[in-house]
Amino acid sequence: MTDATLAFAEADAHMQGAVVAHDGPAPKRIVTGYGFWIFLLSDIVMFSCFFASYAVLLGQTAGGPSGAQLFDLKGVAAETACLLLSSFTCGLASIAADVRSARWYQAAMAATCVLGLAFLALEGHEFAGLVARGAGPTRSAFLSAFFALVGCHGMHVSAGILWLLTMMAQVFAKGFRADIMRRLLCFALFWHALDIIWVAIFSVVYLLGSAA
Amino acid sequence: MSELHELHDYRDVAPGDEEEVRVGPRLLGYVVGLGLAIVLTITSFFVAGTDLVWQPSIPVALVVLAMAQMGVHLVFFLHITTGADNTNNVLALAFGLLIVFLVIGGSLWIMSNLNHNMMPMDQIMQMQR
Repeated sequence: MTDATLAFAEADAHMQGAVVAHDGPAPKRIVTGYGFWIFLLSDIVMFSCFFASYAVLLGQTAGGPSGAQLFDLKGVAAETACLLLSSFTCGLASIAADVRSARWYQAAMAATCVLGLAFLALEGHEFAGLVARGAGPTRSAFLSAFFALVGCHGMHVSAGILWLLTMMAQVFAKGFRADIMRRLLCFALFWHALDIIWVAIFSVVYLLGSAA
Repeated sequence: MSELHELHDYRDVAPGDEEEVRVGPRLLGYVVGLGLAIVLTITSFFVAGTDLVWQPSIPVALVVLAMAQMGVHLVFFLHITTGADNTNNVLALAFGLLIVFLVIGGSLWIMSNLNHNMMPMDQIMQMQR
């Protein structure tokens, strides 16, 4: 045996040791969370397109009202409070699910649902007021982009509430099974990501719009 | 099959996951996150309406506050950490942020350049006659 093959054999033995030390595939919970995180990031990229079109069309009011004349910051503050608190109660629901407390879980999810519905009611009221004042999505390119961006977030919240009610029913019917817990993890991620997008909306659209 | 309880390996953390199993520290995490988010939100709304600061600094301040609050949400609510087991999530986030900045920055840049170079509307109208 030459020195070279000896050295190779030693290196190979070393490699085998490294392979044995490996843990194997990650648990399904990790893989599911990672996959859903990729979906959320693609959703955020889609929102960035709406943000870009809004920023480009910001000045194109076609002689109509601008953001500073339209936005009611008190209503926006109330919407922000609802969504932020719902994110917190959603976190409480995931803690309750992890300690397998069905009562606290259902209570926290119900609170999240009520806060989400309050957000949607405030947003619907705001949109109806804008349309009634003649500032609907057809008035100018600026308003089209505004309704598209904020309305898209509102649609996501509506879909999130449907998912939330499904998760309440699933835990009620099936209990805290491993597959249900993975769906809960994804739902919590989705709900918290909606809050992040709302932070961008209230800062860029409403606060910058009324400060400028 | 799905009725089987999976073995939980608490060294592995998905986004939205917690390393702790106890209620106390987890609850504290959400309370701290909520507190920071409320403080940043109130500061944003205060800065937008105030005349106490130099006016041109307000948009910059609002953008910085928004980024800080998104960071707070990512860390305290979505549990994106710097742990070794969270590397995939952080890398995916970094790639997502790259795309977001390319889309928004690129659109603004190109469209403002086009807008700058475009003939005024009344001249276009005259050419069409």
